[in-house]
Amino acid sequence: MGNNSTRIILGLAALITLLVLLPFIFSRYYLDLSIVFLINLILAVSFRLITTTGDFSLAHVPLMGMGAYTGALMTKNLGLPFLITLPLAGLVATMVGLVMLYPLIRMKEFAFFIGSYAIGEALRLSWIRLSIFGGHRGISNIASPTISIPGLFTTDFSEVVPYYFLTLVVTVVCLLCMYLLDRSRITEIFKAIHDEPELVKSVGVNITGYRVLAFEVGTFFAGIAGVLSAHHMGHIDPHQFELTTGLYLLIWIVVGGYATFLGPIIGVTFFAIFGEWMRVFGAWMPLVYGCILVTALLFLPDGLESLPKRLSFLFKKTGAGAKS
Amino acid sequence: MSIELLIQTFVNCIQLSSFYALLAIGLSLVFGVAGIANLAHGEFYMLGAYAVWWFSTLSGLNYIVSLLLAMVLVGGLGIIVEKAIFKPLRGNVLSVAIISVGLLFILQVLVGQIWGLGFPKRVDDPIGGSMNIHGIFFGYQRIIIMSASVLLLSLLWLFLHRTKQGRAIRASAQDSEAAALQGISANSASTIAMGIGSALTGAAGALMAPISAVHPYMGHMPLLIALIVVIVGGAGNLKGTVLTAILLGFLFTIITTFADAVSANIASVLFMVVLLAIRPGGLAQNGE
Repeated sequence: MGNNSTRIILGLAALITLLVLLPFIFSRYYLDLSIVFLINLILAVSFRLITTTGDFSLAHVPLMGMGAYTGALMTKNLGLPFLITLPLAGLVATMVGLVMLYPLIRMKEFAFFIGSYAIGEALRLSWIRLSIFGGHRGISNIASPTISIPGLFTTDFSEVVPYYFLTLVVTVVCLLCMYLLDRSRITEIFKAIHDEPELVKSVGVNITGYRVLAFEVGTFFAGIAGVLSAHHMGHIDPHQFELTTGLYLLIWIVVGGYATFLGPIIGVTFFAIFGEWMRVFGAWMPLVYGCILVTALLFLPDGLESLPKRLSFLFKKTGAGAKS
Repeated sequence: MSIELLIQTFVNCIQLSSFYALLAIGLSLVFGVAGIANLAHGEFYMLGAYAVWWFSTLSGLNYIVSLLLAMVLVGGLGIIVEKAIFKPLRGNVLSVAIISVGLLFILQVLVGQIWGLGFPKRVDDPIGGSMNIHGIFFGYQRIIIMSASVLLLSLLWLFLHRTKQGRAIRASAQDSEAAALQGISANSASTIAMGIGSALTGAAGALMAPISAVHPYMGHMPLLIALIVVIVGGAGNLKGTVLTAILLGFLFTIITTFADAVSANIASVLFMVVLLAIRPGGLAQNGE
């Protein structure tokens, strides 16, 4: 186990070094894509955090939208600084998530999946309906963030390179928090709730409490991803947070795998790289995504993360076959 | 408020309810019998509309013939899909639902690329117009939708309750293991349910086509409606599905008439969430 975790830490260190060097290698276009990639990392890893208890939430993208709207409104109308809006938007998303959970927590598995879609859709439709959220057109001209400590320094993040580094720092901090949570005893309990609900109940674990905890922590980070995305795009509207976006998120997770912390990271990276290659397909892209999803579920149900293990198993089997 | 508006609203409620029931029954049947939560349900509906556009508007066939052809086509597609991608994952509801998401994207893109995204397709109204009785309007196409829905649902009821094959399907829905012990093949029950369910969904799309904009993304709202009806009404439960469709049809029409469509959608969704929270097993919990 120790060997494994050093390998993961080494791998992450190499990845972070690469990510720090990116602005010196990449053009502006690829840097823009890298920012989206980092935001998607937070989104996918926080989504996977919720799935550890067995709850697949289609409300994740609308809740990210809640963070985005909160961040945008607080920046535009109240003029609050970025360092305050970022955690505050996460907290607002958490609060909205808590209200959603009141009915949702009574549902399990498939009912939860559909229920979360329905209630997320209700949240999204309310942005169209209520004028403060700007209706169909959403909110435009969201100012880029500035961080200033009075008397010390002021940094403006309107350029793409500084904003990339800001996103990188926030992403690394978020992933680190979620990684520490993943290594802790709490995640063992999350997984046990999914695998052995009766056993867990019989030893007196508060299942509902832990499911709420997983959902709320995941939602907090989704809200943060939303703020980063709102400042990056400069514009948000309800259509960005439609079901389709949530389904893409689901595809990343399923293709990458969700058994370990690495799964969603592999999934997002895979689609970030191949998404660029697949750009030649143009409007056929969703079809390619769909085919990849179907193939993955039929032939690689544990996702790309299980590929090395499967290959070595196959290799061993053929090796043994050759010996006998 | 005039008495005409009240009666008109009531007529609209009945019309919408019958459409909802036909739309949802296909999903309800496959979910109940085979545990297949087909999230590409809205795309099957869309294909029904496209098929009728292809046969009646482009090829000039009779509307009724086009409708039947659309049902055969979408039903056949349902059977192929069931055998190819749903069967290997049967038993895991969530995995089946996720793989149907792949199907959703594939069908949307195929239709969009073959027939173009541009303007929505117009399907010729078979009769057109409406009749006016004392200031209350009955659109002819809506009358066709209503009577066809009632007819198709009655035929389905007869099939499920009066034929051996239908009884076998119901037995499979109630308890697949016990049914298997009586020699009922879960495989064939699942295939038949998928075929009939898809055909009925295709019929719903074909019936709605003349009075709606036909485009590749038209399945989004029907999927949400069908999911609400199935979850609230209970999967595989004909009575529960019809009852919920009526409730939802009234709720939706009344709110649309007196407020707006977005509020009506929000209310429908909250209706489902509240009911799920109170009765996680659905409105009609036990039996039929």
